[in-house]
Amino acid sequence: MENEKSKLGWKLSSIALGSVLMIGAMAVEVIAKDWGKHQVDNRRSGYTYMTDETRAVQDDDFENPGMLWVENGESLWSTAGANGKSCASCHADPDKDMKGVSVSYPRYDKKLGKIITLEQMVNRELVEKMGDKAEKFDSKKMLSLMTFIGTKSRDMPVNVKIDGDANPFFEKGKAFYYERRGQLDMSCANCHEDNPGNMIRANTLSEGQINGFPTYRLKWQKPGSVHRRFKGCNKQVRAKPYKAGSDEYSNLELYVKWRGRGLPGETPAVRN
Amino acid sequence: MTKLKVDVLDRRQFVIASGAGAAAIIAGFSSAAHATPETAAELIKKLTNSAKIAEGKIKIDLPEIAENGNTVPVKVSVESPMTADNYVKTVHLVSEGNPGPEICSFHFTPMSGNANAATRLRLARTQNVVGIAEMSDGTVYMSKTQVKVTIGGCGG
Amino acid sequence: MAKARVKAPKKAKAGDIVTIKTLVTHKMESGRRKNKKTGKLIPRHIIDKFTAKFNGETFFSSDWHGAISANPYMSFSFKASKSGEFEFIWHDEKGEITSKKSKLTVA
Repeated sequence: MENEKSKLGWKLSSIALGSVLMIGAMAVEVIAKDWGKHQVDNRRSGYTYMTDETRAVQDDDFENPGMLWVENGESLWSTAGANGKSCASCHADPDKDMKGVSVSYPRYDKKLGKIITLEQMVNRELVEKMGDKAEKFDSKKMLSLMTFIGTKSRDMPVNVKIDGDANPFFEKGKAFYYERRGQLDMSCANCHEDNPGNMIRANTLSEGQINGFPTYRLKWQKPGSVHRRFKGCNKQVRAKPYKAGSDEYSNLELYVKWRGRGLPGETPAVRN
Repeated sequence: MTKLKVDVLDRRQFVIASGAGAAAIIAGFSSAAHATPETAAELIKKLTNSAKIAEGKIKIDLPEIAENGNTVPVKVSVESPMTADNYVKTVHLVSEGNPGPEICSFHFTPMSGNANAATRLRLARTQNVVGIAEMSDGTVYMSKTQVKVTIGGCGG
Repeated sequence: MAKARVKAPKKAKAGDIVTIKTLVTHKMESGRRKNKKTGKLIPRHIIDKFTAKFNGETFFSSDWHGAISANPYMSFSFKASKSGEFEFIWHDEKGEITSKKSKLTVA
């Protein structure tokens, strides 16, 4: 009860602050609305927190600028690496071979003895099978391959494995999510569990779901990785961000992905 | 538990207050001198060779509130039969609040079939976007649409 | 090298007015942004002209300034009358040209 009351206090104060910031009217509708495939139980994709205009850009593949990267990824798929092999040498039918891959990552990897993200898996293939160099998470090539692979899981439910060997890493990710950090002493949960739908400054907070990554962000004017997004959040609470590909973020990615279990793959989603 | 939450609330207010000063700046633009209704009017004069401008005929679809000033979808349409002797030649979009007033110009022909076009704009702040339609008979029409622009996107 | 994406119909009836949608990769650097590290202005670099042709004849074109978003989107219409070929051309102000062709059959 006490808890409920304080939550209400939160909401009221957020609303008041929102209107002080000239755009109280912009608050996204939180009244029951049928979000179709973008909602599973009480979990809602970031799609449902965007304005109609932004959603329209995602809905049409010929308006969605993320598709430019997808198309580049498609041509990279059959481009030979240093040793003459391409992705297509082993995965000749990406429609079939990459189906459901994005929505099942990150995973526990026996070889590493820890969580591996899809970017790291792509890098392993680039280096070990194709003789190329590893790519950064947010390089043009990596984002092209990641968005291309992502489209093969469109509308498939997010389904990451969190039991067995993955479990201790899942628990670490969960602990990170609830841990307060930075000068502002805030956890992921403070925004994305306690306040989705409320305004923070001029922005509507979402649940922080990652089913649409790599996501084309209007702010970035290009697609970006989940880890880039984590870095941004951490900077926002004045914490020192971890590196893309760090164990901290890989564990967190597993936990956050699980929070969106059942939500559809939306890569490349379009977000604010 | 309750106590902890109240504590966080205070910090949240701090976050909001500290961020307010940044609200005027949108990525992609520095806060240099901006276009004004006057500089926009000057540009319009230049573009139309000081033609007499009537209100109406041109429709500009813009969101009432733009989620992110980096990418604001816009649609223009002008009613016209689009025949060889009666068509829309050009539509200009002009900004009253960006660093510079120029946005874009669309050039149509009778082969276009209609005078509809859509693109996406960078709008640095809340402002009017002016649409000017030049017809093949030399007449010029204008309309203005206001867009409220917010600082877009939380988190780096 | 910019990459373009075009949605234009392959078939139409004479008299149909069809919608064409285009996207192209480009930063559209406005020339008004500062490099965060050096504090210096990043030089302007944009696509300033887009042209749509059918059988070599321009039927739609657009002049762009720094206020057009990165990875520009442009949609417009075309009235089908005979079969032929579309050509879409993006002119970068540094002289780089990106183009894409697409065939149209009119029944």
